[in-house]
Amino acid sequence: MNNFYAWASIALIILAATTGDVLLAYSMKRVGDVGDIWKTSGLFAIVGKILSTPTFFLGVLAMAVAFYSLLFGLSWGNLSLVVPASASLTFVANTIAARIFLHERVGRRRWIAALLVAAGVALMAL
Amino acid sequence: MTFRKYLVLAGVTIFSTLGDALLARGMKELGGVSLHNFSGLLFAILNPWVSVGIILLLAFFASYTSALSWADLTYVLPATSLSYVLVAVIGRLGFHEEISPIRWLGIACIAGGVGFVSAGPSVTPARHPQSGLDYPNHARPQPEPSAAATRKANS
Repeated sequence: MNNFYAWASIALIILAATTGDVLLAYSMKRVGDVGDIWKTSGLFAIVGKILSTPTFFLGVLAMAVAFYSLLFGLSWGNLSLVVPASASLTFVANTIAARIFLHERVGRRRWIAALLVAAGVALMAL
Repeated sequence: MTFRKYLVLAGVTIFSTLGDALLARGMKELGGVSLHNFSGLLFAILNPWVSVGIILLLAFFASYTSALSWADLTYVLPATSLSYVLVAVIGRLGFHEEISPIRWLGIACIAGGVGFVSAGPSVTPARHPQSGLDYPNHARPQPEPSAAATRKANS
């Protein structure tokens, strides 16, 4: 039963984390380079711009779901199972999602990097 | 990519690792949470390890969102994945978990992936600029000098 809870939480983490990452990346690209905004208009301009981006809150909500699934999973499985297993699969899911929804140009270099990292993380779960 | 931007990426890596490790420490103390005592999750934040872990994860979140404002998701994720290597190291030093040869192989793969992506550009242009999802002008990629060109310019 411990294993079932651990893997159920891993599946939930992957779904929620990918949704959250894509929404956050989309929102922050709309906000723009925060380093530049800081230099020209200061910290409050950044906060204001972020607060006026609705998709940001959806992203945070998805991240919160992922976070509580992680707490739930960590209470059942080992740090060295739950973190690598969910992270490895989230990597592949994120690469595909970034290509589809964010139109990032995922070239050969980034595919190799994503797959190397995912494979490495999966190996660490063995 | 400036030095400050690399610092932000390093912050993403370190804050997420330490945050996760402290959370794990705290949740071990609390024991298994199941659907029957779900309210246990709400009180988990009262545990000091968990609350410090959450503060570190907030620092992670701030550096992560600022990295996403100037770099692609498919760049930031692999570039900060050394955190999984750090998790293993902390698991070994702090929790006395064993690192098998297969895990060392995994660590080598991750390090290779990090090297691969960080040698490339951090931002790519939108594939369909007309789709409404394209980047605002200030986020458009500037051609980055290759590592070799930078070294030549510095010498």
